[in-house]
Amino acid sequence: MKKRGMLCILILTMASSLFAAGCGGGKDSSSDRKESLELLNVSYDPTREFYAKYNELFCKYWKEKNGEDVTITQSHGGSGAQARSVIEGNEADVVTLALAHDITAIEEAGLIDGGWMDEFESDSSPYTSTIVFLVRKGNEKNIKDWDDLIKKDVEVITPNPKTSGGACWNFLAAWSYWQEKDGNNEAETKESMKRLYENVLVLDSGARGATNTFVENRQGDVLVAWENEAYLSMEEYPGQYEIITPSVSILAQPSVAVVDQNADEHGTKEIAKAYLEYLYSDEAQRLAGENYYRPSNEEILQEFAGQFDLAMNLVTIDDFGGWDEAYKAFFEDGAVFDQIYAQ
Amino acid sequence: MAERNETMGTTYEKDMVGDGVCSLQKVIPPQKREGNHAVKYVLIGISACFLFVMLVLPLAVVVINALKEGWAVYKENLLDEYTVKAFQLTMLATVVAVAVNTVFGIFASYLLSKFYFRGRQVLAALIDLPFSVSPVIAGLIFILTFGNIGWMGEFLKSHHIKIVFAVPGVILATVFVTLPFVFRELFPVMNAQGKEEEEAAALMGAGGFTIFRRITFPHIKWALLYGMILCTARALGEFGAVSVISGHLRGKTNTLPLHVEILYNEFHTTAAFAVSSILVILAVGILVLRNLVEWKRK
Amino acid sequence: MEQQIVKVKNKRGVRVIPGFGLSLGVTLAMLGPLVLIPLASLFLKAGSLSFPEFWKVVSAPQILSGYGVSLSCAFLAAVVNAVFGMILAWVFVRYEFPGKRLMDGLIELPFALPTAVAGISLTYLYSDQGWIGRWFAKIGVQIAYTRIGITIAMVFVGIPFVVRAVQPVLEKLDRQYEEAATMLGAGRITIFFRVIFPELFPAFLAGFGLAFARGIGEYGSVVFIAGNIPYKTQIAPLLIMTKLEQYKYEDATAIALVLLILSFLLMLGIHSVQIYMQRFSEG
Repeated sequence: MKKRGMLCILILTMASSLFAAGCGGGKDSSSDRKESLELLNVSYDPTREFYAKYNELFCKYWKEKNGEDVTITQSHGGSGAQARSVIEGNEADVVTLALAHDITAIEEAGLIDGGWMDEFESDSSPYTSTIVFLVRKGNEKNIKDWDDLIKKDVEVITPNPKTSGGACWNFLAAWSYWQEKDGNNEAETKESMKRLYENVLVLDSGARGATNTFVENRQGDVLVAWENEAYLSMEEYPGQYEIITPSVSILAQPSVAVVDQNADEHGTKEIAKAYLEYLYSDEAQRLAGENYYRPSNEEILQEFAGQFDLAMNLVTIDDFGGWDEAYKAFFEDGAVFDQIYAQ
Repeated sequence: MAERNETMGTTYEKDMVGDGVCSLQKVIPPQKREGNHAVKYVLIGISACFLFVMLVLPLAVVVINALKEGWAVYKENLLDEYTVKAFQLTMLATVVAVAVNTVFGIFASYLLSKFYFRGRQVLAALIDLPFSVSPVIAGLIFILTFGNIGWMGEFLKSHHIKIVFAVPGVILATVFVTLPFVFRELFPVMNAQGKEEEEAAALMGAGGFTIFRRITFPHIKWALLYGMILCTARALGEFGAVSVISGHLRGKTNTLPLHVEILYNEFHTTAAFAVSSILVILAVGILVLRNLVEWKRK
Repeated sequence: MEQQIVKVKNKRGVRVIPGFGLSLGVTLAMLGPLVLIPLASLFLKAGSLSFPEFWKVVSAPQILSGYGVSLSCAFLAAVVNAVFGMILAWVFVRYEFPGKRLMDGLIELPFALPTAVAGISLTYLYSDQGWIGRWFAKIGVQIAYTRIGITIAMVFVGIPFVVRAVQPVLEKLDRQYEEAATMLGAGRITIFFRVIFPELFPAFLAGFGLAFARGIGEYGSVVFIAGNIPYKTQIAPLLIMTKLEQYKYEDATAIALVLLILSFLLMLGIHSVQIYMQRFSEG
């Protein structure tokens, strides 16, 4: 009696697992491989919403132009981790990441040909953004500019520049403000930065994580965030937040590139290139604007003049001597960021 | 008594507890028994509070948030194309993990409990290692082996075999983190059973398979089933290692736990909790199944 | 328990039971590609550092503080789990009460709940706006984003270990000794610590060690609830991620290796104690 019961259970378990395996495995193998073009775009966190819409736009465009169907697979995560996954073997055809530094890392691994930055217009940044503050409705702590962030009772949320590309822009924006204010006195600037990071309550590992900490878990008084991220939070939670634009910020230039080696291997170079080029078309530029990215096309940017504060004083990464220099000076092990915490 | 089993996921012999209580009642003088009751209720209270705060509340958070926007939205979230695909992949990985585990667990625990040999402890510790290895490391080691920068990367690439950032990698990572589960359940049982019966059978001329089927298996069948159930539960929920190795390709290498994270990061909190609730339901279902099995056993 | 057959240790080389070769073969054949080879890659990568370089990486102050946070929180969490695990096991084995089955069934839930979901839910509960956190915030105790939060996440993932290790042994325990001790007039506490606890000790230790090891390596749930502030709430696995973000694979593997060796030594210790105790009890 007992034995039979046991046997039944075992057989049932086996049968159900086989069934499940059939469901799981069957579908995958039946999906036809090479009938339609496939493109893998490895991107970073805040672009999900934009690329979801852009992919539709591009598929339509490509179908009209070449009569081919394209399947575009998206992958999102922290910019650095995404770049790493491409280096480690994630076979992306194109990468659209938060900073040029991450794409340079892929270039150094030999997957992208040199000179990728000149391949597309505006240093291969089809859209830009900047760093702003997101505060809770009413702005109780009266936050206006960077100096208000280092007041005693203000709690700041920003991600860790060592694990998040976006956070590097945050850091540099703050740095350039105090650098200007202190008249290039590095010791004083460092002191101000130190006070800023002393006010940081949670140092999340990614930009989206920080936004979630601020928005979902309602931690901190101010979130230092990408402009597009801040607008998106406003849209998702209407009437709960305000955007404050600081007097000085940085022009954040997310970069795009074709991963030459993978695209060659997959035979997708042509479409990969077209995919990135089309980002500069009027439709795509407008779509970027609608998703709160600043279009790189000046005319279209002016169309969104009501949305963005175009009068902000924006420094660029070139003011820091480019990404390689900036990364070495600030974010390498033992560089400025580590020193701020080490003391 | 022979049916007793001593696994991590077990029960007690009801009669025995009954006996125990009876005999205690006989022995302990009445005034002591009252104190005993107080202790009993305090301990039960503490246990209940602990479980409520540490386990039930987090579950409640998941369920309440999943249903925040009502049933219709909940259903819609579950039937989303990517959720279904993630579900299928999770199932596939789980089934493979359980199958590998079962075979491995049986052989490994047989080996370690029926034979004495040098390096037994080391082997046992190695088998247990995936329990304690940080999921981050678990993902990393596969990338260092099979990825582009790994020493097998070149070879795999030239043969067009994709392991990391593809389905095989997801499965491998799942198998790795669940590997010790069946072994952990079987080993103590086999160990306690000793090996006299097998030795006797062998001396009488029984073959290896016969010995296993007729003598060893009846002792371990329940433990084996518990192990498989636990392994299923763990495989369903694995996040860290898979997250490192999957590449987050939507609809391709996303498992349910990864899909939850992605939804959460997309500000789709309700959908994220809805998908989590599938995992919670599956988990509770599995644990109920385990209790059912126990009940059936008696 | 009932087996009082005198044990005769096998003389090496004489194995009566068949299947040694087969089971050794299968075990190693599966363990090899699944565990050993991938782990070897870790050694290989870390091995490309010279020893002074390796030492410099793993002894940097920030890394040391990361180990400190991971180890201290994991230890604390394991202690909490040990105490409550013991109580839970006791309650499940010795008492009958309504709802016991349900409680018993819930224990393995932390295995099945994805760590990310656990992290998100726990943060939701324990942040100063959360259901539990808000009460603590009133008395000025911050739970989420501090080491207390990290410990709570580690307690969560480690719950099943001690309970499930102690429970079966407690079930098996012969009550005669307790009764004898009671009759001889021993107090309840004395009985527990002098009669019961020594019997449970190997299992208890195994559970404690597993919970401890699991806590050290925990990442998924902790990153959500930890503030990740360097020198304060940054855990060692997060530092591995930080190194990886900078494409420093060697450094990352070096830190990973130290963690790995720690957990391996823990596991080895547990097994040695278990096997020793088992021999010991066999006489």
